[in-house]
Amino acid sequence: MKWMGFPYLEKAVFHLSRKVTSLVPESCLLILLGLVLGGIVLAVAKKAEYQLEPGTFFLFLLPPIVLDSGYFMPSRLFFDNLGAILTYAVVGTLWNAFTTGAALWGLQQAGLVAPRVQAGLLDFLLFGSLISAVDPVAVLAVFEEVHVNETLFIIVFGESLLNDAVTVVLYKVCNSFVEMGSANVQATDYLKGVASLFVVSLGGAAVGLVFAFLLALTTRFTKRVRIIEPLLVFLLAYAAYLTAEMASLSAILAVTMCGLGCKKYVEANISHKSRTAVKYTMKTLASCAETIIFMLLGISAVDSSKWAWDSGLVLGTLFFILFFRALGVVLQTWVLNQFRLVPLDKIDQVVMSYGGLRGAVAFALVILLDRTKIPAKDYFVATTIVVVFFTVIVQGLTIKPLVKWLKVKRSEHHKPTLNQELHEHTFDHILAAVEDVVGHHGYHYWRDRWEQFDKKYLSQLLMRRSAYRIRDQIWDVYYRLNIRDAISFVDQGGHVLSSTGLTLPSMPSRNSVAETSVTNLLRESGSGACLDLQVIDTVRSGRDREDAVMHHLLCGGLYKPRYRYKASCSRHFISEDAQERQDKEVFQQNMKRRLESFKSTKHNICFTKSKPRPRKAGRKKKDGMANTEATNGKPPRDLGFQDTAAVILTVESEEEEDSDSSETEKEDDEGIIFVARATSEVLQEGKVSGSLEVCPSPRIIPPSPTCAEKELPWKSGQGDLAVYVSSETTKIVPVDMQTGWNQSISSLESLASPPCTQAPAMTRLPPRSLVTEEPQAPLNLPSDLRPSFAFPPSLAKAGRSHSESSADIPQQQELQPLMGHEDHTHLSPGTANSHWCIQFNRGGRL
Amino acid sequence: MERAPGSGRVPRVLAESPSACAPAVSQASLLRLYHRFRALDWNEKGYLSRVDLQQIGALAVNPLGDRIIDSFFPDGSLHLDFPGFVRVLARFRPVDDEDNGNRDPKEPEPLNSRMNKLRFAFQLYDLDRDGKISRQEMLQVLRLMVGVQVTEEQLESIADRTVQEADEDGDGAVSFLEFAKSLEKMNIEQKMSIRILK
Repeated sequence: MKWMGFPYLEKAVFHLSRKVTSLVPESCLLILLGLVLGGIVLAVAKKAEYQLEPGTFFLFLLPPIVLDSGYFMPSRLFFDNLGAILTYAVVGTLWNAFTTGAALWGLQQAGLVAPRVQAGLLDFLLFGSLISAVDPVAVLAVFEEVHVNETLFIIVFGESLLNDAVTVVLYKVCNSFVEMGSANVQATDYLKGVASLFVVSLGGAAVGLVFAFLLALTTRFTKRVRIIEPLLVFLLAYAAYLTAEMASLSAILAVTMCGLGCKKYVEANISHKSRTAVKYTMKTLASCAETIIFMLLGISAVDSSKWAWDSGLVLGTLFFILFFRALGVVLQTWVLNQFRLVPLDKIDQVVMSYGGLRGAVAFALVILLDRTKIPAKDYFVATTIVVVFFTVIVQGLTIKPLVKWLKVKRSEHHKPTLNQELHEHTFDHILAAVEDVVGHHGYHYWRDRWEQFDKKYLSQLLMRRSAYRIRDQIWDVYYRLNIRDAISFVDQGGHVLSSTGLTLPSMPSRNSVAETSVTNLLRESGSGACLDLQVIDTVRSGRDREDAVMHHLLCGGLYKPRYRYKASCSRHFISEDAQERQDKEVFQQNMKRRLESFKSTKHNICFTKSKPRPRKAGRKKKDGMANTEATNGKPPRDLGFQDTAAVILTVESEEEEDSDSSETEKEDDEGIIFVARATSEVLQEGKVSGSLEVCPSPRIIPPSPTCAEKELPWKSGQGDLAVYVSSETTKIVPVDMQTGWNQSISSLESLASPPCTQAPAMTRLPPRSLVTEEPQAPLNLPSDLRPSFAFPPSLAKAGRSHSESSADIPQQQELQPLMGHEDHTHLSPGTANSHWCIQFNRGGRL
Repeated sequence: MERAPGSGRVPRVLAESPSACAPAVSQASLLRLYHRFRALDWNEKGYLSRVDLQQIGALAVNPLGDRIIDSFFPDGSLHLDFPGFVRVLARFRPVDDEDNGNRDPKEPEPLNSRMNKLRFAFQLYDLDRDGKISRQEMLQVLRLMVGVQVTEEQLESIADRTVQEADEDGDGAVSFLEFAKSLEKMNIEQKMSIRILK
């Protein structure tokens, strides 16, 4: 089987040449390739080898494809159209089988089929039953490239999956009838046949659901053995397949139901990595199996010893399957449209009729026939091969132009939005309620019932407590949107946050921190004129931002030990607790940050992408500010302060001005405030990313870190932020209020390390601003700082109560010593600070 | 339905004001609704009160049940008569399209138009009837729908984001137009329809 690698190579080539694959479906290419390969093998080995063995096919090749399609089936869509799907699958398949079989028999009676094809009515019915079933593999392969609208796709595809039960039953019943001989078949046998249809289909579905239940239940308890999660999914699904197969039930139905049923709970239970593993493994396996199937189909067709040609039979079969498929679809659709809210129009019907592709299932079934019982087997094999090739190649080739020509509604992929998701749920509830009011127990009623049952019992039973949230679809969309934002943001090259973009901090990103800090240092020691693009970007945004960045950097350092620990442990699956907690925390932080950046991008469109941070900060400020203003009366005063200073730092505050000019200005002009702002920013950032690594921007200004670090561990919502801002404002204003503040704070001071923020802050400020500030600074120094430092602890407390994870506390403890250190170094001027900073980082990295 | 003793009255009611009652709702549906109306009106007072609707078991567990019941009683009225009953439900009549034989494009803005369907949904959010879904209102709906597993804090951030996503003029609230715009890709006519009301 060494040559098995060949198809994949070929597949890669196909994918590379978009032009070919845009015209020709891959399945066609693979079949043709198989033909060529088969020819070569035949020429070399003088005998046909590598046939598509029914055993291999049903045991190994089919299950992954079916599992993949069942597992990734859009369940909502599937159940929305369940009625139509079931009709086509059951009635349609029965119709196709009987009409095709009977018509072929009629053809033979009419003498159009050569007499050497020895077959009676039962033989033709048997042949009709195996040739009539639409094949999931072929349909999937072709329709995935055609992109018709979802409803149409799910109907054709759902039919192809669910008709397996009917096919299996028909095939077995007819086969046994043929073996018994038509003379021996009694009325009860027909009844048994009908009964077995229900047993096989419902039994298969039941087996699948039982295994889905088991699977969901099992994954609920794999918290400590994450590594087996993907394995479990595959094992149990395969077990469902084998069990159903053993019990002579519909195995395809079993796997489909298993995948369909378990997905929701399994996805919620297993870890993110396992989800990814399951997804890609499943897709890979299915894709491999599909490739092999089509290749083998091509190769098998070359073996002329197996088949015998009869033009009448072949042409008759081709005509009848097309004709009766179309007729069946039209008749069924007419009936269905009486009950459908959205009727299937004529174009849909054309595509549905034309999309009835036959494939490997039919081939494998026909190979399985017993030549001794069915003398016409070779003719059937040949006919099946032709039919499969015709449908896959001719119809597969033409369906795309047809769809284009008929202007079939294509599926439109629009990104999910929170609004859509939320409103869709609203609509569901509304419709369920309206059905209640109308007193009609229709689809919405039962769906609503099911959802409540699911919520009350099933989810409770099958999902981890911690997994509930993932289960919620609104939350899920929110989560995915945030992830997407993060990725696109990083892709945009937002260098400020570059490596914080995603949830899991990693070693490389830490290195990048070091690098940036080095560049910072260089810049610092160099002249004021910076030609470095990065620097220029950041310079404009002002010192405060640099401050923030620095804090962020420091935060990164402080966080390190924790993450490092995590990184080393994540290789084993013992430490899952810590990891999970951290994941959660990081995730929440990211959520928050994404939200902020989303806000900011939305509102300050004019900014370049590289400056998300100031925007963010400004934005947040605004929110916080608004809140504080509502709560305490201090802010107005601050505004008075700011007015004078606003002029000074225009360049820096420029960005923020659109949204919230007053605050930023205020902060900028006052050194102290400015520090506070930075801290809040940093805090935010630290909170958010958890990953801390990045601080591209440049300045090294240690002072505020103290603040930031203290608060860093504390992360919470905007309410907290508001408080935070208020602390700043009090700092600013104050002389009169200070006494009160000091009193309230004095107790807290002991907790906080001695603040020395001010001096550094001043040194950092541009000369002009310094001048203006000077009078104020001395006044504010002693008292202001304390509040700023005292606050954090209190905030942290509040924050802790808010935050879910207990991780914060240790974290904060970790921070304390470092903060103390920092505080001492604050006072030294810029260069010294930067040195210190870098050392610090390195230390952190070690 | 079993308690429709005055089935003789049905035609009368329908004949009184067929078009006022339910423009474009078919006679069969109307009859069905009338039976339902009488069944809900268990003490035969001729109108429905909130309590009558609240007694529908499934509505009690519907997270939006109360709001939906409220929307049957516009402007704080306490009585719901049959025309009003049908008028609300008529919004959920499927939109007839070309393939359907029984369409009548007479009304300029039929009750089951896309906008009316959307308006119905919108007013479920807009509790204070100011024509805007504020962040607070969004949060309330989310709280009803998302359930207890998500913390308040997270709900707030979802609400924030939801509002911002739809909010185009930056006023921090979602107006009806913005609401409709956020759903413009969705097939409302299809989603907000119930077949039996045809």
